Amino acid sequence: MEINPIVILFASIFTNNIILTNFLGMCSFIAVSNEIKTSLGLGQAVTFVLTFTTVINYFIYNEVLVRLNLEYLRFIVFIITIAAFVQLVEMIVERYLPSLYYALGIFLPLITVNCAILGVSLFMVIRQYNLIQSVLFGLGSGLGWTLAIVAMAGIRKKLKNANVPKGLEGAGITIIVTGLMSLAFIGFSGIVQIQ
Amino acid sequence: MNSIFNTVGTISLITGIFALLLTIANRTIGNYGKVDITINKDKIYTVDGGDTLLSSLIENKVFIPSACGGKGSCGYCKVKIIEGGGPVLPTELGYLTDSDIKENIRLSCQCKVKENIKIEIPEEFLDVKEYLSSVEFIKDLTPSIKHLKLKLSSDEEINFKPGQYVQLKAPKYKGNNEEVFRAYSIVSSPYDKKHIELAIGYVPEGICTTYVHNFLKVKDKAVFNGPYGDFYYHDNQREMIFVAVGTGMAPIVSILHHLRENNISRKATFYFGARNVEDLFFLDEMKSFEENLYDFKFIPCLSRANEEDGWNGEKGRVTNVLEKYLDNIDNIEAYLCGSPVMIDSVVKILKDKGLPEELIYYDKFE
Repeated sequence: MEINPIVILFASIFTNNIILTNFLGMCSFIAVSNEIKTSLGLGQAVTFVLTFTTVINYFIYNEVLVRLNLEYLRFIVFIITIAAFVQLVEMIVERYLPSLYYALGIFLPLITVNCAILGVSLFMVIRQYNLIQSVLFGLGSGLGWTLAIVAMAGIRKKLKNANVPKGLEGAGITIIVTGLMSLAFIGFSGIVQIQ
Repeated sequence: MNSIFNTVGTISLITGIFALLLTIANRTIGNYGKVDITINKDKIYTVDGGDTLLSSLIENKVFIPSACGGKGSCGYCKVKIIEGGGPVLPTELGYLTDSDIKENIRLSCQCKVKENIKIEIPEEFLDVKEYLSSVEFIKDLTPSIKHLKLKLSSDEEINFKPGQYVQLKAPKYKGNNEEVFRAYSIVSSPYDKKHIELAIGYVPEGICTTYVHNFLKVKDKAVFNGPYGDFYYHDNQREMIFVAVGTGMAPIVSILHHLRENNISRKATFYFGARNVEDLFFLDEMKSFEENLYDFKFIPCLSRANEEDGWNGEKGRVTNVLEKYLDNIDNIEAYLCGSPVMIDSVVKILKDKGLPEELIYYDKFE
């Protein structure tokens, strides 16, 4: 289907935010959102990995799996690709780009199994995006994920001064706030069609 | 048939290519060679670079407290890094205070050893070990407190400061299907390095106390680790005030042993609170301390003394007795041990009398 790639980019940031409308990538979202700086670092790492793994998976899927009629292997192949790519990038960044490593490299192992990353690759297949659409979809989903986690970190910073019931402290209130945030985002989901 | 070969072949090929790439990368990019970890200036361990500091230390049997097992979510494994270690990572920020960052204190589970590194850790971390011991005796001190003596295996010794505690392991037993560790202060003298003694009060439905009170017998094996704790004897010339209730007497006894064995000439007074005569224990030991020590006085006081026991010592709560006797707080320091309620009220009394907080040492038994 011919959807303008730019529309996909903005849709995946705002109206079809991967975390707030699909609830993918929740674990690191909840665990790491207690510090704005940290969240931003993790968000950058997720954006980077999302963009590149989407491209790699696009080629592996279309050039290898589709040609051999092995589309049903995409789950396992995508997972292997993502894990290997993340590990490779981590090693390179750790060794040669120390400053980048301290900013986002240490988050890479955390996102090896981030469901948002596998999710984006699978949506790319289901929605039959072409290369440009996939790249911008990956990039947009990463930016959207970053937006959500940074916003969450900001809210949690305020929440530290709030009188939260004891049983809801930490993850509990975070999940409730995520739900409220996602209600707000879902409100706009009908504005654009992305599939 | 063909499709099976196709699938297996494709997956193997893709996985194989990635595995090859990663192996090459690990050999070249990920290889940091051998690096040295220097602990407290004198101990040097050579390790393979690239691992986290925490796991490199554990490999060399240096145990840093860590509750989460190196996931960066408990913040216990703090270590002071003097040289090497790189800048503070964002994953650590949530657990470090501003003064930690100034002093370059880091989470050892996050910081990686990629170059020679110099660290400083409390000396006692180097002494923390797991010990296998056997029960030498177990007897009643009071109806609810057992006196346990453990003998270390023949090739081991324990070094601890008087006042510190160990963690005793309660194994699985009938009615309990988990292994737990519980902390108990050491009663015995720090100069007896082959044994430790513990005083263990019975807690209804307590996993470890039930194990000790109902299951543990002479010659049984018992596992503990330690020593731990920042409640211990401080060497100076101040007069010492000890306040304890119940099994809180344990670390104080160890400190008294230390005083006796070193012929330390410090004035000391021990206020001990119990409910009635039945709850008093170690009376003979206290008597012998009173005779042998430079200037030591043991003041037991009973909150619910029975008429028929003929108690003519102090009556009331230990806090009241303390207020009655303690008038001069110049040149004293206080060691408190027992229930949090007692400690909080004693700390308040001492502070009201003008004793600075840094001269009050306490160990809350919770």
